[in-house]
Amino acid sequence: MDTNILFIFILAVFVGVEVISKVPSMLHTPLMSGTNAIHGIILFGGILALADASTPLAQALGFVAVIFGSANVFGGFLVTDRMLQMFKKRK
Amino acid sequence: MIMNTANSFLIIGAAVLFILGIRLLSSPKTARYGNLVAAAGMLVALVSLHGPDGHFIWTRGWDLNYALIIIGILIGLATGAAGAYSVKMTSMPQMVALFNGLGGGAAALVAGLEFVKGLHMPLAPPWFIAAFMLFATLIGSLSFSGSIIAYLKLEGKLEKPLTFPGQNLVNSLILVLILGLCGWLAGWDTNPSAAGGFNLMFILALLFGVAMVMPIGGADMPVVISLLNSFTGLAVAADGFAIHNLAMVVAGTLVGSSGTLLTLLMCRAMNRPVSNVLFGAFGSGNTGASSVTGSAHQAVKPIQADEAAVLLSYARQVVIVPGYGMAVAQAQHSVRELSQELAQRGVDVRFAIHPVAGRMPGHMNVLLAEADVSYELLSEMEAVNPGMEHVDVCLVIGANDVVNPAAREEKSSPIYGMPIIEADHAKTVIVMKRSLAAGFAGIENHLFYKSNTRMLFGDAKASLNALVAQVRAG
Repeated sequence: MDTNILFIFILAVFVGVEVISKVPSMLHTPLMSGTNAIHGIILFGGILALADASTPLAQALGFVAVIFGSANVFGGFLVTDRMLQMFKKRK
Repeated sequence: MIMNTANSFLIIGAAVLFILGIRLLSSPKTARYGNLVAAAGMLVALVSLHGPDGHFIWTRGWDLNYALIIIGILIGLATGAAGAYSVKMTSMPQMVALFNGLGGGAAALVAGLEFVKGLHMPLAPPWFIAAFMLFATLIGSLSFSGSIIAYLKLEGKLEKPLTFPGQNLVNSLILVLILGLCGWLAGWDTNPSAAGGFNLMFILALLFGVAMVMPIGGADMPVVISLLNSFTGLAVAADGFAIHNLAMVVAGTLVGSSGTLLTLLMCRAMNRPVSNVLFGAFGSGNTGASSVTGSAHQAVKPIQADEAAVLLSYARQVVIVPGYGMAVAQAQHSVRELSQELAQRGVDVRFAIHPVAGRMPGHMNVLLAEADVSYELLSEMEAVNPGMEHVDVCLVIGANDVVNPAAREEKSSPIYGMPIIEADHAKTVIVMKRSLAAGFAGIENHLFYKSNTRMLFGDAKASLNALVAQVRAG
């Protein structure tokens, strides 16, 4: 097994914990929504799986995975932006 | 892993943008910008997308699969955007749960397809790659079904937690069965019978997601959604391991670890261990004891809007404690009007936000921000409590468990030890509520019976509008 990828995984665990440890609770919902959008990167897994699909069943399931992943990533970023555009100072 | 240099740089760039994005999301001033930075990272990663042969995916020729990819992305974009723009601010938590479930479902499908493909290979992949695929299938599908249950609960379609004796035992048995199947499947050969076992595992994992979330009360859904969010992240990371996609490993892991920390922070705010949330069946079995000791025989003191308006207008310091009731009544705009009217009369108005008020941490902040309340007026619980004795009027709007002094006074209460906003320490407390019904945790609220508490019964929005009119007239 490629140990580099494991090394990156371990580092990412610590970065993920560090980076949100100072978040005020008022931003928890947008943060959850934002990270929710980031795991929408599963769209790429769906694209790769569908690109390689050779049976109709695999194509159908891959197609569903692409739709799900795409809704996750686009919907996730848009809904987060909609929440955050309201966090502006009152003039 | 075959990768050309340009590709490596693009993936490093995407990872940096993700980390920077999450970092910027953690401050109110830069949060929106942070979201855009993370989205830019996604775009960079998309450009860098390469197949197992090391070639960019976008340079392959047109065929049916390519067309399906484009159509699928467009369908997802359309439904995701429609959902994101049509959802009401009060239903935000449900929307996050739904998007999270879709991500989990996609992660499970990707892993499943990869696993079944491996069954037909002449040379089986090594066992740890199989283990990653099984992990992603298991976690992804339970996140999918669990998120849908969480969505239904928050929509109010499954209000009652479903519990039965021996439930934890049954759930553990399902889990043991799943893990046993996974162990057997991980040592797969090119064995056609493995497909049957895999399908069974897939179905059991979906079932486990339902069984896991069903007994948990609606008040704990934020914790569940946060946990399932981090689960989906881990499933995506495992998918990344299985198909050698570094961007997926980094993004999935970041979400997995930050989501786990967020879940723990939320549990800490409620002063309950995660295990208690997941396996305690809170709010269903143990409420009987506290209602016996409750103070149902004591009388509450009602108040009318005109009197409440006078109290508020002539106060020096007012603290408003919003809760889920404000969200349900869609009263956030009326609250803002009232706070502006009072501020114009020279009253010092602040909002005290409990970390778990509403259905999600930050839920109240989002709603008040939507109603154009400056976030500088919003104070956290720790900042408000020490000065509560000097507050003339504490106005509680649709909040219940987060202001219940039982958390401080009654050892037998299920919420004993939970940090609360100490509304009862204010000189006068006005509680706006539709009835004396118990809160989401199913516990009677001692605050309602305190000598300095006045109850303003009625729909929160109607009451607030009456208050605004009275303050304006007075």
